Amino acid sequence: MIKTDILIIGAGPTGLFAVFEAGLLKLKCHLIDALPQPGGQCSEIYPKKPIYDIPGFPEVLAGDLVDNLMEQIKPFEPGFTLGERAETIDKQEDGSFIVTTSKGTKHHAPVVVIAGGLGSFEPRKPPIPSIKNYEDKGVAYIIRDPEVYRDKKVVIAGGGDSALDWSIFLADVASEVSLVHRRKDFRGALDSVEKVEELSKIGKINLITDAEVVDLKGEGELDSVLIRHKDEARGEELKETDYFIPLFGLSPKLGPIANWGLEIEKNAIKVDNSYDYQTNIPGIYAIGDVNTYKGKLKLILCGFHEAAIMCQSVYQRINPDKKYVMKYTTVSGVSGFDGSKKEAKKEVVKSIN
Amino acid sequence: MSDVKITIIDREGEAHTVDAPTDMNMNLMEVIRSYELAQEGTIGICGGMAMCASCQCYILNFEHMLPEKSFEEEDMLDQAFFVEDNSRLSCQIPITEGLDGLEVRIAPASE
Ligand SMILES: Cc1cc2nc3c(=O)[nH]c(=O)nc-3n(C[C@H](O)[C@H](O)[C@H](O)COP(=O)(O)OP(=O)(O)OC[C@H]3O[C@@H](n4cnc5c(N)ncnc54)[C@H](O)[C@@H]3O)c2cc1C
Ligand code: FES
Repeated sequence: MIKTDILIIGAGPTGLFAVFEAGLLKLKCHLIDALPQPGGQCSEIYPKKPIYDIPGFPEVLAGDLVDNLMEQIKPFEPGFTLGERAETIDKQEDGSFIVTTSKGTKHHAPVVVIAGGLGSFEPRKPPIPSIKNYEDKGVAYIIRDPEVYRDKKVVIAGGGDSALDWSIFLADVASEVSLVHRRKDFRGALDSVEKVEELSKIGKINLITDAEVVDLKGEGELDSVLIRHKDEARGEELKETDYFIPLFGLSPKLGPIANWGLEIEKNAIKVDNSYDYQTNIPGIYAIGDVNTYKGKLKLILCGFHEAAIMCQSVYQRINPDKKYVMKYTTVSGVSGFDGSKKEAKKEVVKSIN
Repeated sequence: MSDVKITIIDREGEAHTVDAPTDMNMNLMEVIRSYELAQEGTIGICGGMAMCASCQCYILNFEHMLPEKSFEEEDMLDQAFFVEDNSRLSCQIPITEGLDGLEVRIAPASE
C-alpha cells in the first residue's frame, strides 16, 4: 500500500504544480496517471506547440513547461503511479481514503485531489456496432504484449504513427499483417511511411487503402472483418483474421471518477470555489480542468492558482491545531524533502528589509 | 460589422438558427460552444487546433464559401469516425460575412 499526505489523481500541469505548493507546506504527494508519462494534455496532445499565456513566459513549448514543472518539484520527491487509471475510492472509518487503480495498486491518504483534466485518455473506438462483443475476443485497442500475435493473422486499422509502427513491428511477428486505412496518404513519420511501403512491396504487409473496416464476424471469437472499399466497383470483402487492432489515438473520458458520488455538472466536478475547491465529499478536492464553478476558465494558469488555494485548505485539514501563515518563497526559500535548500542571498533579503 | 445567421442541427436532430458575430475572430466550433448546442466536453477538446475532430460537422449547403481544407484538417478527418464527403472540422471555419445562411449538422460524438 502506498501511503502519502495528498494523493493526486492526474499528473497534468495542475497536479504537478500542486506538488510544489504542497511541498512548501511540508506535505508529501503521490500522483496517479493513466498515461505512461506526466504532463496531461500538454504531453499527450501538444508537446511541440508553444503556449503564450503562462505568466513570465512569453512563449514556452508545452513539453518544456512540463519538463520545467518536473524540475521545480524534484526537491519534493513526489511518488508516481503511471500507466494506471484510478478506478475506485473507499472512505475509511478515520475519514481517509484508499484509491485503487486499474492494475490493483492501492494508495492510502487523508486527502485526495482530483486533477484529472478532461479525464483519463482512452483509446478511440471506431463506431462499429458489433465491436463491443469482440473486445478481448480478438479485438484489442492497445498492444500490450506483441508475442500474443506470433504466427497469427492481424488486421490493423488507422493511418497515424501507432498504426504504422505496429504494422512494421508485427510484420516480423505475425503470420499476416493487413493495414486498413481510409486514404492512400498516411500521416506519420516519413521513415515509417516509407518502411510500410517497402514492406508492402515485398508482401510482408498487406496494405488496404481507401477502405474501412465496417463490421466484425465470428461465433463468440472474432474470425473475420468486413472491409468496405471506397471504390464502389470493389464493394466489400470479408477478410479472415485472428485479431483486429484499431489504432485511432486517444481521447479523454471522465471515466470511473464519474461514479464516485461526486456532484457532476457538464462533465466536470462541482467545487466550492469561494473557499477551497473542495467537492461535495469532504476531503476530496478537484482542481484544474476537471472542476467547474461559476466563471470557471479551463486554463493552465487557473489550475496553478487553484492548486495553491487547495493546499492551504488541505494543510488546515491535516493540521487543525496549527496556524499557517503564508510565506513568500523569496523570503523563506524552498526546502526540499531531499535535504536541498534554495534561498535568496542574505544581502538581498537585507536590502529588501 | 454584422452578424450572420447560421443554422446548426444538434446531435439530437434539433435545428437552431443562431446569430454568429463576424467581428470577434470566432470559428464555427466556438459558435456552437457559445450557444451550448453540444454537451460540454464533447466538442472543441483540442481548443480548435484540428487535433481532435470532436468538432466535426456536415456542411449541408454553401460549400463553395468555405476555406479549403488545410493539410492538418484533411489529416485529422482521416483519423476521425463518421466522416462523409461533406465533413469539415468546424474549428477550421472562421465566421465571415460569406457564411450567412450556412446550414450544418454536428457529427455524432465518437466514443
Ligand atoms: C491543443 C491544446 C492547446 C491548449 N493551449 C492552451 C494555452 O495556450 N494556454 C492554456 O492555459 N491552456 C491551454 N490548453 C488547456 C490546457 O492544456 C489545460 O487547461 C491543462 O492541461 C489542464 O491541466 P490539468 O492538469 O488540469 O489537466 P490535464 O492536462 O488534462 O491532465 C489530467 C491528467 O489526469 C489524468 N487522469 C484523469 N482521470 C484519471 C484517472 N481516473 N486515473 C488516472 N489518471 C487520470 C489524465 O490521464 C491526464 O494526464 C490547451 C489545450 C489543448 C488541448
Ligand atoms: S476542436 Fe479539435 S479539431 Fe476542432
